[in-house]
Amino acid sequence: MLQLVTFSTLNGVLYGMLLFMMASGLTLIFSMMGVLNFAHASFYMIGAYFGFEISRRIGFWPAFFIAPVLVGLVGALVERFGLRRVHKFGHVAELLFTFGLAFVIEELVQMIWGKLPVDYRVPPSLDFVAFRLFDTTYPAYRMFMLAVAVAMFVFLLLVLKRTRVGLIIQAALTHPGMVAMLGHDVPTVFMSVFGVGAALAGLAGVIAGPALVTQPAMAALLGPILFVVVVVGGLGSLAGAFVASLLIGLIQTFAVAINLSMGDVFGPAVANAFGDLGRVTVAQIAPIIPYLLLVLVLIFKPTGLFGNRES
Amino acid sequence: MSTGVKHFIAFAALAIILIALPKVFVSGSAHTMMSLMGIMIIFALSYNILLGQTGLLSFGHAVYYGLAGFCVAHAMNYIAREKIGVPLPFIPLIGAFAGLFFGALFGLISTRRAGTVFSMISLGIGELVASSALILRSFFGGEEGIPTNRTKFPPFFGYKFGPQIEVYYLIAFWCFVCIALMYALTRTPFGRMCNAVRDNPERAEFVGYSTQRVRFIAFVFSAIFAGVAGALATINFELMNSQSLGAGQSGLVLLMTYVGGVGHFIGPIIGGVIITFLQISLSDITKAWMLYFGLMFILVVMFSPGGVAGWLALHQPLLKGGRIFRLIPAYALALVPMAMLAAGLIMTIELAHRMLVDAQSDGSVMKLAGWTVDAAKAQPWMLAIGLLVCGALGLKLAWPKVREAFAAQSAEVAQ
Amino acid sequence: MKKVFAGAVACLLLCGTALAADPIKIGFVDPLSGGGATTGEGGLKNLQFAVDIINNAGGLLGRKVEIIPLDNKVNPQESLVQAQKAIDQGARYITQGQGSAVALALTDFISKYNERNPGKEVLYFNYAAVDPALTNAKCSFWHFRWDASADIKMAALTNFMKTRPNIKKIYLINQDYSFGQAVRTLARDMLKTKRPDIEIVGDEVHPLQKVTDFSPYIAKIKASGADSVITGDWGQDMALLMKAGAEAGLQVDWYTYYAGGGGGPTAIKQAGLEHRVFDIVEGNANSAVESAQKSEAEFRAKYGIGLWYPRGMNEIAMFAEAVKKAGTADDVKKVASALEGMKITVFDGGEGYMRKDDHQFIQDMYLRSFGPLDKGAKFDEENTGWGWKEIARINSADTIVPTTCKMERPN
Repeated sequence: MLQLVTFSTLNGVLYGMLLFMMASGLTLIFSMMGVLNFAHASFYMIGAYFGFEISRRIGFWPAFFIAPVLVGLVGALVERFGLRRVHKFGHVAELLFTFGLAFVIEELVQMIWGKLPVDYRVPPSLDFVAFRLFDTTYPAYRMFMLAVAVAMFVFLLLVLKRTRVGLIIQAALTHPGMVAMLGHDVPTVFMSVFGVGAALAGLAGVIAGPALVTQPAMAALLGPILFVVVVVGGLGSLAGAFVASLLIGLIQTFAVAINLSMGDVFGPAVANAFGDLGRVTVAQIAPIIPYLLLVLVLIFKPTGLFGNRES
Repeated sequence: MSTGVKHFIAFAALAIILIALPKVFVSGSAHTMMSLMGIMIIFALSYNILLGQTGLLSFGHAVYYGLAGFCVAHAMNYIAREKIGVPLPFIPLIGAFAGLFFGALFGLISTRRAGTVFSMISLGIGELVASSALILRSFFGGEEGIPTNRTKFPPFFGYKFGPQIEVYYLIAFWCFVCIALMYALTRTPFGRMCNAVRDNPERAEFVGYSTQRVRFIAFVFSAIFAGVAGALATINFELMNSQSLGAGQSGLVLLMTYVGGVGHFIGPIIGGVIITFLQISLSDITKAWMLYFGLMFILVVMFSPGGVAGWLALHQPLLKGGRIFRLIPAYALALVPMAMLAAGLIMTIELAHRMLVDAQSDGSVMKLAGWTVDAAKAQPWMLAIGLLVCGALGLKLAWPKVREAFAAQSAEVAQ
Repeated sequence: MKKVFAGAVACLLLCGTALAADPIKIGFVDPLSGGGATTGEGGLKNLQFAVDIINNAGGLLGRKVEIIPLDNKVNPQESLVQAQKAIDQGARYITQGQGSAVALALTDFISKYNERNPGKEVLYFNYAAVDPALTNAKCSFWHFRWDASADIKMAALTNFMKTRPNIKKIYLINQDYSFGQAVRTLARDMLKTKRPDIEIVGDEVHPLQKVTDFSPYIAKIKASGADSVITGDWGQDMALLMKAGAEAGLQVDWYTYYAGGGGGPTAIKQAGLEHRVFDIVEGNANSAVESAQKSEAEFRAKYGIGLWYPRGMNEIAMFAEAVKKAGTADDVKKVASALEGMKITVFDGGEGYMRKDDHQFIQDMYLRSFGPLDKGAKFDEENTGWGWKEIARINSADTIVPTTCKMERPN
């Protein structure tokens, strides 16, 4: 039991941090530009594929630094030549643009790298057992992922709290109109934020690719969950995104460990009254719990847990 | 001409088209496709009650289409088993009631807010219902769904609805009724109120309307018509399965409605017809059809946010003023680079697809619009990229001319 | 716009019917785009290869055989539209394999179609959908299956496990949908009678293709102390599951249905699970008869992928045999009757027959494991350098599972 709890916690935190790496960029983009970026998970996927392509040519470490930058560039280009044009048609058009973009990116990735998973591996320098606990090994690479995620969180926090750029971004989070009026070059700020957001997602992709499977469906698998994180945490709140990421990471991992069904808790009579629903275990529905959370949070607190704006 | 007469003519024309179409396209698959188009027209129009009229962007509209479809499948099986004397053409009413029920149920939760909150709740509900469909097997029948049989009903004026053509007329009838009803809805004060809630919720509140109630009612109406579409789908396929209420179907209806045009009543009708046709036929022509779908969607969003209907509507004043023909030279001028651009783009995609995907197993030699080309050689690529570049440059030069001509003619009509 | 559109429709439909003159047409309804396209394309090439052999030998009754590929996007409803298109183009045979949901929809559609269109009946050849229902509760005279159904595979698998005394604790993990549920129930039932001493220490289902991180599931398997895992998982779920297992140092044998599917070999090699992953199939290229190895080599040289569906070869060979025996390809009732009970020499060697009671093909099954190629073994998978090795051959008699099918035959 203790073993299960320990590992579930570790895995939950790790998964949560991975979600946060993407959610932070998504929240930034959303708060400043009002765009719910459906293609955000696609940048994560591009990151993984770029990471794979670079690391098989010149090694994992160069990929670790180069790939996110490239993804950031792609993001900036998308903003400059796509989103900016659509901006004048309103937020729905912007959202639909990213919706179509996600579709196109998935198809392009399938065309270039094929439909099957690619052989993107953990680099040998990190391919060892970090520690052994109750007879289960914990890979060093997962610790590395955790370290990168934490480092990124600290870096983001420092930039936002201690630098001038951070000040502007913070201001734009809550009062986007005011920031523009103060004379900041809003289009450039938008482009950079979009680029940086994409780069963060790309970084998540580079490090998650070897641990999970690098394949064309990886974006679609994660995309909706990101929205859950951002919305549950509260639109425009980085702290909210952080808490929601960890929350959802932990809920999902712990739910998997629980084999209880209604029948086990209330006895078979109650379970039979509910038909199929009575027999379903918590573990079975683990991946849909976040959506339940999403709907419940939005019903009772439409601004999300930490947010103070609705759109 | 008064508007009443105009409407009468328009609907009479619609009825004649619906009746005559199967005489023009006689094959079995044409009937299947047109039946599907009829269903999708109702579905897309119901979606536009939300998106176009009330300004609510839903990511889970297929929930109402699918849930109603499942209810109808069970109802059909029950009616057939118990030999209740309900003829098949009345079955879509069951779908409408199912839509009403689920629309009211989920509408209570989701229409309390508009904007992003509404969209996200619809996404959440969509995922929840779609995932539950695989877990709650006795109602949803697992991933194979619930099969049914449309011929086990008492004959309706001698028709048993076995052949596809009879089902087509059943769908066409309901399609006509739903189009008329949904059009009527846009003309009522309530329909106008939806527009007000979309455009300026504060003002609507000041006038004394509860925006929340208006959204709720619009949502329920939309779910009712989606339910009719779902019921017709069940009758048409004699099968309802969980994919019909998933994110894919919800995305498809969004695509149809938007490409057709959300700003005009006729938009979703155009979108439903075009997208259904492409969805079924495009995959016969190219394996990269999903890429074309995505690109088409992006291009519409970027360059014609009003969709096909929006583009057509731009020309209506000119058509009325009898000056549309004056645009022909300018359009003809722009058409050449546009065709080049499209040809270049298609050629690039097809060549790339060949080289990246199929070359290893099928070789690099391929057929492109009747010509045999070798995708591994430089020439076809040069041609493709040449077309692309020349087309883009040409269009850049020609477009101001089109604009000019359009503005000039519009100005004259205005005078 | 409307005119162009109408023209396009007209051409599409008319061009289709105009060509319906000579060849014998088989409509191939399977995914050719999207995530499922890899397996669908593999199946198409496989069947095309088999058909080419017949055409090169002069065709059937003097007619060529033609396959019409149609993309169903693994959607049951869309499959019905595509099947209708195939029929319109003159196909009297439909073949499909990817996904039992589609297969059930198609049998239902074809039974109704045949009932409503007497004289224009259509046959349905299933080369890979394994839901037992297709040859039991929902069996149909018009449906023939060449793949072993899920219960036959489980019977073969458990008959092998029976002989392995080192298996003591088994964990079941499956996808939460009808196939996964079928695997878990079958495994429980069959193990109970064949090896009552084996303890089933876990019985898990997880959502289909929704899980990103399997490590929580691995933690549970580990905590249970299992020495073997039975799973019906395929595709990304299987790849993620095994990778997570290897990462956590989980030492178990994996008994699978679809480890050989696209992407599986890559994942197993990555996870370093040398001869720890088993699958149960109807043919194994590395141990097949010489003629099959020759075809395999030819196929690989031509298409760059493995010949995944030896059963597809059996399907087309038996179809040709049946058409010859019936003396017609247009009266499908006669062809169906000729297929019933027909015996052939299976592509990979050995005898097989089409069971008359339920239209299920009965054949020898092979249990294989995946690892570095043995000396003399010719075929590796997905350029991993690893290949499949035959561990056991389960005689067709040991794979027979009784059927509950009450076949309704047309008079």
